[in-house]
Amino acid sequence: MSAVVRLSDVHKRFGAVTVLNGVSFEVGRGEVAAVIGQSGSGKSTALRCIDALERIEQGTIEVCGHAVHDPKLDRRALRCDVGIVFQSYNLFPHLTAEQNIMLAPTCVKSLSKADARTLARDVLARVGLAEKADHYPEQLSGGQQQRVAIARSLAMQPKLMLFDEVTSALDPQLTGEVLKVMEDLARGGMTMILVTHEMSFARKVASKIIYMHKGTVWETGPGAIIDAPQTLELRKFVGGEM
Amino acid sequence: MSYQFDFLALLPYWREFALGVWLTLELSAIATVLGFVFGTLCAIGRSGGSPAVKWAIAAYVEVIRNTPLLVQIFLVYFGIATLGVHLSANFAAVAALVVNVTAYTCEIVRAGIESIHKAQLEAAECLGLSRAQTYWHVILRPAVERVYPALTSQYVLLMLASSITSQISAEELTAVANRIQSDTFRSFETYIVVGVLYILLSMVVRIGFGLFGLLVFVRRRKLGTSL
Amino acid sequence: MPTFTLVHLEYLSWAALWTIGLSVIAFIGGGILGFGVAMARIAPSRVLRTAAMVYIQLVQGTPLLILLFLIYFGVAILGFNQVPAILAASLGLTIYASGFLAEIWRGCIQSVPKTQWEAAECLALTRWQRMTRVILPQAIRIATPPTVGFMVQIVKNTSLASVVGFIELAQAGKIINTSIYEPFTIFVIVAIFYFLICFPLSTWSRSLERKLNVSGR
Ligand SMILES: Nc1ncnc2c1ncn2[C@@H]1O[C@H](COP(=O)(O)OP(=O)(O)OP(=O)(O)O)[C@@H](O)[C@H]1O
Ligand SMILES: [Mg+2]
Repeated sequence: MSAVVRLSDVHKRFGAVTVLNGVSFEVGRGEVAAVIGQSGSGKSTALRCIDALERIEQGTIEVCGHAVHDPKLDRRALRCDVGIVFQSYNLFPHLTAEQNIMLAPTCVKSLSKADARTLARDVLARVGLAEKADHYPEQLSGGQQQRVAIARSLAMQPKLMLFDEVTSALDPQLTGEVLKVMEDLARGGMTMILVTHEMSFARKVASKIIYMHKGTVWETGPGAIIDAPQTLELRKFVGGEM
Repeated sequence: MSYQFDFLALLPYWREFALGVWLTLELSAIATVLGFVFGTLCAIGRSGGSPAVKWAIAAYVEVIRNTPLLVQIFLVYFGIATLGVHLSANFAAVAALVVNVTAYTCEIVRAGIESIHKAQLEAAECLGLSRAQTYWHVILRPAVERVYPALTSQYVLLMLASSITSQISAEELTAVANRIQSDTFRSFETYIVVGVLYILLSMVVRIGFGLFGLLVFVRRRKLGTSL
Repeated sequence: MPTFTLVHLEYLSWAALWTIGLSVIAFIGGGILGFGVAMARIAPSRVLRTAAMVYIQLVQGTPLLILLFLIYFGVAILGFNQVPAILAASLGLTIYASGFLAEIWRGCIQSVPKTQWEAAECLALTRWQRMTRVILPQAIRIATPPTVGFMVQIVKNTSLASVVGFIELAQAGKIINTSIYEPFTIFVIVAIFYFLICFPLSTWSRSLERKLNVSGR
């Protein structure tokens, strides 16, 4: 199994604060990795480093064949292979759902408007929002906005999807519809890394759990480790969560 | 008070008034378009240029905003003449108005650019958009949409302020009025008529901008929101 | 050929004082009148509100230059043969300032949340008490930065008082120019004078605004 993502000994500091202190893990093709851990343990930072939103001080990151740690990295090429979805949707407010999705394919991949529109309809249908194509973000519920954001990433046909607490801003009802989309994606064979606080979801969908603590990978293993933690910290964390 | 109002004496001059209105519209339209383009470029430079560029634009904006338009007009008109280049009054008028309104546009558009959330830029980056594409699709368009009302007010003020160019005898409504009142000795009536014309003009310009906004900013039209 | 000398600089300095004096008059006069118009603009009476709105529209829709001409010739019609320039200039700038200040202040008063009005009403305060004890103290904080900002507009617009014969900076510049014809030098110096008056006001306005934003509303 070839690794789609490989982090080794990644260090990241913000000023005097070391946020990532030697993080290493691998995610193989078709694998779904759930990153869990206390607030402030560096989960978001790790995800942002993978998509080259943060520059690292030490270590290497390889993503879909791109050397992300390399200063000469071709960011555009990386972003064509990696999709990322944030907690706060970040849809473009002046564009409709469809236009939000069409923007990158037309700008970055030079698709024609017509092809991009077909593509947009297609991914919108995949997230169950075919009929909302002409709605502006403010006309959509939080869950719908988040699904459009996922569709926007999918339209670039990425090889890897990153999700950073995409359901944290949603109430339980809306959470379900977003999780379902992610589950469908996982079942479709997409390689995914998701930061989540939804333990039951992580156990159900993830083939790998990465527990982060104080800027390092403290414990890692299959979904079962949530039920049988090896370390005291994970036991406490899981106990506190549920 | 024994003053007899006589507006009829102005009737023969309606062509001149109409021409004056047209000239004022023309003058301010040219200044508005050029001012918008240059002002937006300045705003981009001001928020994303090198330190030297940023400083130069900031200095220019401060100088313009803290000196009267009348003095700017004199400087452009007489000043450039002393350099040996002769400008027509109308050209000098347009040039001075553009120099002036560019600075105000720069400030307004910059405020719009700064109001765009950083997360929006990050989202665009993650989608692989280039810097130029991000600027165009994700920053500039929503920024201008957001400050459009402020821009409209500024351009209405510009139209009214263009009357000051009559001080260097540029051809526009106020200059026309000055001529008519010295012809007819009906000064008060003349300026009442011209005042009314300016009020109508400012309404027309406002409505024009409103309609243009609806045409360009589709979301506003559809949602009826003003952001 | 005479050139720009200290005498001219001294003359400009005096003119600068007149610019400042006229600005102060316009600000005080415009402030008093503008406050009245702002109050009328949010009065319970529909007639008052409409009248205030029309007044604001008229003032804001007329170029100051035309307003000054109207006053200059209008006062003459009332029977005064020679209108003192200072009177015409002060009146014109007062009316101009009142139209804009009224609108700025109305916006600030109305930006105080409606719940504040209701809370004050529930305490059985009269309308006037509600205004002076609850709303205005909050509105003034919001209104200070744009008001100081508008002072800059007043100072700059006093330059138009030259058309009614008032001798302030711009007019003084023109007068010097007729004798020595060095327009570039003269108007650059005139511009510097204006800048020295306006820039501190602009800076002050901006710092007030920053403070307001930091402290929250
Ligand atoms: N841009 C930044 N500048 C300075 N410090 C930062 C920055 N981003 C994150 N940090 C710090 O890094 C640490 C880890 O942040 P991170 O967002 O990665 O945590 P997290 O595990 O995602 O937490 P949460 O579950 O709350 O999202 C925190 O202490 C945070 O304050
Ligand atoms: Mg986080």
